[in-house]
Amino acid sequence: MASVTVAKLLKRFGQTEVLKGVSLSIPEGAFAVLVGPSGCGKSTLLRLLAGLEIADQGTIHFGSRDVTRLEPRDRDISMVFQSYALYPHLTVRENLAFGLKLRKTPAADIAKAVAEASKMLGLDALLDRLPRALSGGQRQRVAMGRAIVRRSSLFLFDEPLSNLDAALRAEVRVEIRKLHDRLGTTSVYVTHDQVEAMTLADVLFVLNKGVVEQSGPPLEIFSRPATRFVAGFLGSPAMNFFDAHLERKDEGFQAVAKDGFTMPVHPDRFAGELTAGREVSVGVRPHDIHVTPGGAPFQVSIVEALGAESYAHGTIAGSPFVARVEASTPVKKNDRLEISFAEMHLFDKQTGVSLRAP
Amino acid sequence: MNPSRARATPFSARDRRTAYLLAAPAAVLLFGVAVLPILFAAWLSLHRVILVLRERSFVGLANYRFLLHDPRFWSALGNTAYFAVFSVTAEFLLGLAFAHLLVSAAPGQRLLRATILIPWAVPAAVSGKIWAWLFNPEYGLITRALPGSINWLGTPGYAMPAAIVVDVWKTVPFVTLLIFAARLRIPEDLYRAAQLDGASSWRIFRSITLPLLKPTLAVVLVLRTLDAFRVFDAIYVLTAGGPANSTETLAIYTYKTLMDAGDFGHGSTLAIATFLCVLVISLAYLRLLGPEGRG
Repeated sequence: MASVTVAKLLKRFGQTEVLKGVSLSIPEGAFAVLVGPSGCGKSTLLRLLAGLEIADQGTIHFGSRDVTRLEPRDRDISMVFQSYALYPHLTVRENLAFGLKLRKTPAADIAKAVAEASKMLGLDALLDRLPRALSGGQRQRVAMGRAIVRRSSLFLFDEPLSNLDAALRAEVRVEIRKLHDRLGTTSVYVTHDQVEAMTLADVLFVLNKGVVEQSGPPLEIFSRPATRFVAGFLGSPAMNFFDAHLERKDEGFQAVAKDGFTMPVHPDRFAGELTAGREVSVGVRPHDIHVTPGGAPFQVSIVEALGAESYAHGTIAGSPFVARVEASTPVKKNDRLEISFAEMHLFDKQTGVSLRAP
Repeated sequence: MNPSRARATPFSARDRRTAYLLAAPAAVLLFGVAVLPILFAAWLSLHRVILVLRERSFVGLANYRFLLHDPRFWSALGNTAYFAVFSVTAEFLLGLAFAHLLVSAAPGQRLLRATILIPWAVPAAVSGKIWAWLFNPEYGLITRALPGSINWLGTPGYAMPAAIVVDVWKTVPFVTLLIFAARLRIPEDLYRAAQLDGASSWRIFRSITLPLLKPTLAVVLVLRTLDAFRVFDAIYVLTAGGPANSTETLAIYTYKTLMDAGDFGHGSTLAIATFLCVLVISLAYLRLLGPEGRG
């Protein structure tokens, strides 16, 4: 096991700067998730950790070991690929044993390690099959098995669930977490799926355009997003945004939306950042909405009923808006509701930075 | 009947009749242009047929008995085998090497991609003429460039290596292209996984690339060996089988017997002998390489 420390990592492909000075540190034994939209640099970062690409600038340390320029095989890592990358001409058993064989592990130890991994992942019945005779889920498990047999000090996962169907994905997600709790190996997991990111991570890194926008425990990032991008990326359905400006009211401030309705701003939460006339972007999660008389006017255009709850789609202050409504509250198409916000985020309209006090 | 067999024959009798009907034209064509001529050649080989003498008589296996004691046949067979072994080996190894260069990021790789096909595009007769000039004993570029001013095409022992060089030059592009295409189909992730598993470049080549290329390599070997065994144009244009029959292959010997001497009985016997050799080689390859290329 090892901690991972990345400092000022820079990577270019031709003219494109994919990583623009990424720094992060992952404690020993943690399950870290790198999440972000396509092209944010998360996969490149993972490949730099693996040694499949070499950084243009910056350093990578595993524990106290500087691995920045080491070959992949000298880094003591295992990786699970999105495509699984199973050797198609080798049986499951041979796939699992390949890495150990290359490292001249004694045959008895290989057999033991393979048997252990196979048992842990329920592969016993599949050991003599070729990958092409396996289902997607089984291949995925073999790919994980290949990673764990070597007892590496670091596991890397490159979107390992994206080729599975939704039900299986949810199942394997839990398996991966269990496996990590059991082995305790430091893991770095790349995904663009924010549900995977939220559920798996001990520590979450949200990447955007080649930089880490925010890092920390997932729930903390979820409830205190540092930028509008992070706020919009995490959570499903996504956070709603609409434009407003700040005005003084009594001792404190209020936000005034374009169509005139006002929302009180708690000064203790947004201390120091508030000035009258400042243009802001108001963010409200669909789950932080209550239907209450006297609130903001909300014109419903479509209702998605999911059973336990419904999502009402409409507009507020000219921006598209989604509100979660309890199934017990009947909402219909074309209803005009009045809603209030249990929780509200404010972001600078230009920079997207949260106005929240740190 | 087990379920997998049931799945293997999902067609109704009617479907099957339609299938046969659709395949029939191709079958008739193949029968007409491949099977019939072979059968006819086999039939001719049992006769003494000399065109100019208007002679035709059934002689049974006499032509074959003659062949067994014909030193020129054995020499031609030896020449053919010599040519096939060395040209195919060289083409195979060079093709692998070039294909490797083409997928790598080696400098000049783009230029190589663009130019590699040129020799393959030149007609065999034309390239034969070009090379004949290059090997010309008086003013050939190769004769002049190499020390000793060897008369390549006029000296037994040198002519066949020269012919092999020409064939290799001409055919490596084709081999390269086939292997290159197969190599592109191997997912890059396998190479990344092998790197992480700790494999050296040589080990990756041996444990990943080679086994996954095996089906294609088998096809390349079979195609090239059979082609080389039937080689005619490349050598005929270059040396016409000389000097002193030292580059006379089975095909050239057959051609001379049939066309120059007009001896259709003996010529057909040679053709059938070549056919049998090729058949044996094909069967040996199939046996050796297996139907799926694994094992």
